[in-house]
Amino acid sequence: MARIIVVTSGKGGVGKTTTSAAIAMGLAKKGHKTAVIDFDVGLRNLDLIMGCERRVVYDFVNVINGEAKLNQALIQDKNCKNLSILPASQTRDKDALSQEGVGRVLDELKKDFEYIVCDSPAGIEKGAHLAMYFADDAFVVTNPEVSSVRDSDRMLGLLASKSRRAEQNEEPIKEYLLLSRYSPDRVKLGEMLSVDDVQDILSLHLLGVIPESKSVLNASNSGTPVILDEKSDAGQAYADIVARYLGEERPHRFIDDKKGFFRKLFGSK
Amino acid sequence: MPLILEFKSSTFSVPVLVLSSDDLPVIEQRLQDKINLAPEFFKNSPLVLDLHEINKQGYNIDLVAVTEIIRKAGMFPIGVRGGNAQQNKQALELLIPIYSNHIGGVLAEAQKPKATEPEPKAELDFVTSTLITQPIRSGQRIYATGDLVITAQVSAGAEIMAEGNIHVYNSLRGRALAGVQGNTEARIFCFDLQAELISIAGIYKVSEDLDETSRGKPVQIYLQDQALIIKDIVQHH
Ligand SMILES: Nc1ncnc2c1ncn2[C@@H]1O[C@H](COP(=O)(O)OP(=O)(O)O)[C@@H](O)[C@H]1O
Ligand SMILES: [Mg+2]
Repeated sequence: MARIIVVTSGKGGVGKTTTSAAIAMGLAKKGHKTAVIDFDVGLRNLDLIMGCERRVVYDFVNVINGEAKLNQALIQDKNCKNLSILPASQTRDKDALSQEGVGRVLDELKKDFEYIVCDSPAGIEKGAHLAMYFADDAFVVTNPEVSSVRDSDRMLGLLASKSRRAEQNEEPIKEYLLLSRYSPDRVKLGEMLSVDDVQDILSLHLLGVIPESKSVLNASNSGTPVILDEKSDAGQAYADIVARYLGEERPHRFIDDKKGFFRKLFGSK
Repeated sequence: MPLILEFKSSTFSVPVLVLSSDDLPVIEQRLQDKINLAPEFFKNSPLVLDLHEINKQGYNIDLVAVTEIIRKAGMFPIGVRGGNAQQNKQALELLIPIYSNHIGGVLAEAQKPKATEPEPKAELDFVTSTLITQPIRSGQRIYATGDLVITAQVSAGAEIMAEGNIHVYNSLRGRALAGVQGNTEARIFCFDLQAELISIAGIYKVSEDLDETSRGKPVQIYLQDQALIIKDIVQHH
């Protein structure tokens, strides 16, 4: 049975798209047929991060409106044939998405894919609501700062009350915390919340901590999800996250200031 | 044979509107004032109309007009209780079910179809308690007509309201309002006080006014001479 994962946060710029690209690639590389959908109509950038922006012909809205078939709009990833991308429309506004239409496309994707990753736009309005409405699992991406944590908390409330599972009284969406752009140095200086602070406020299962890392910018400039940069700290953090999600036990990393080991091994990132 | 349907018994928490006046324009105004305090909460909310008080005072009221006012305010009357024979008949004509006062929860028991007798004198309080085991997140609002018991955290930016007492066996970081219909005996109990606002029967304190010594502790909060008292639940010697 296919699972729908929403990558969400409430706040913008916290790393949702970076995360969507990384985990979709991670799942695909582990042999699972995976599709990743950009719900950010009007501000599409998943295709840039995935390096397929020059192959976009049709988009999500075209499929919903019946102007293109799903398989005409899906773009197969150049690195991994298990991975397909459904890009957002850059020219429409958010009202182009409808609940019925999104549901229809997801149902069709479920026939062919094991995992469907939904990259949510920021905010709590229609686009974000539609991205999470049909989800089975939610990856809540949070930065270690008060406003981001507050927005995530708000989103968790919506996941628990306004999703399909909530409305139909099914088992609730499984919620996971991904703490991104974490910098132990700045936590030490008191400039950022610590992992413990965030977990205390959100009381949520921590799937992983992604360190603040230059490798993310490098990856997005080259159009390859950072998880493919296996030497990078952020890439490894995402690999851990995918493994844990699939049931492997892995100790948490990148929480403490112990950068010595990897620095020595791979050079400074 | 496939299961087509089944009856289940379930308890809901529904706001009860107690009328003490027959002055329709005033009722309409007051109702709107109340709704303005928490518009999202009352929007499309079901509502039970309680006529006990008004009948006790010997007023009569036009149920059709009251129902119209409630609907206009964006709520759905789903029950009448404490009505006299004529009011109950009117309610049934409006397709609004009749509840008797001694039912524990509004929808907890099957309706008695012939509850058209005037209410017996027994004045039983309407006590329900609502139990919540999931976190109340920022932006969520909970309203309980009786006591409210929460075993999970209440986040900053969340709001919990009860006509009776509030118990939070976890961190209370949001706003907690007990005795919201004026019950000055209501109390708030919480395991870890970090609230943005606490209020009993409309008398409130905001976070800034909270004594630092009670922060982060298990406390109970009650009214004494119009003042909020915050006390450790565990008394130290
Ligand atoms: N772990 C990280 N380290 C450094 N920069 C990051 C990290 N994660 C995301 N970023 C940067 O933050 C910005 C916003 O990321 P993005 O994934 O687009 O967020 P969102 O989709 O939530 O708006 C981008 O410039 C991205 O390169
Ligand atoms: Mg994005």
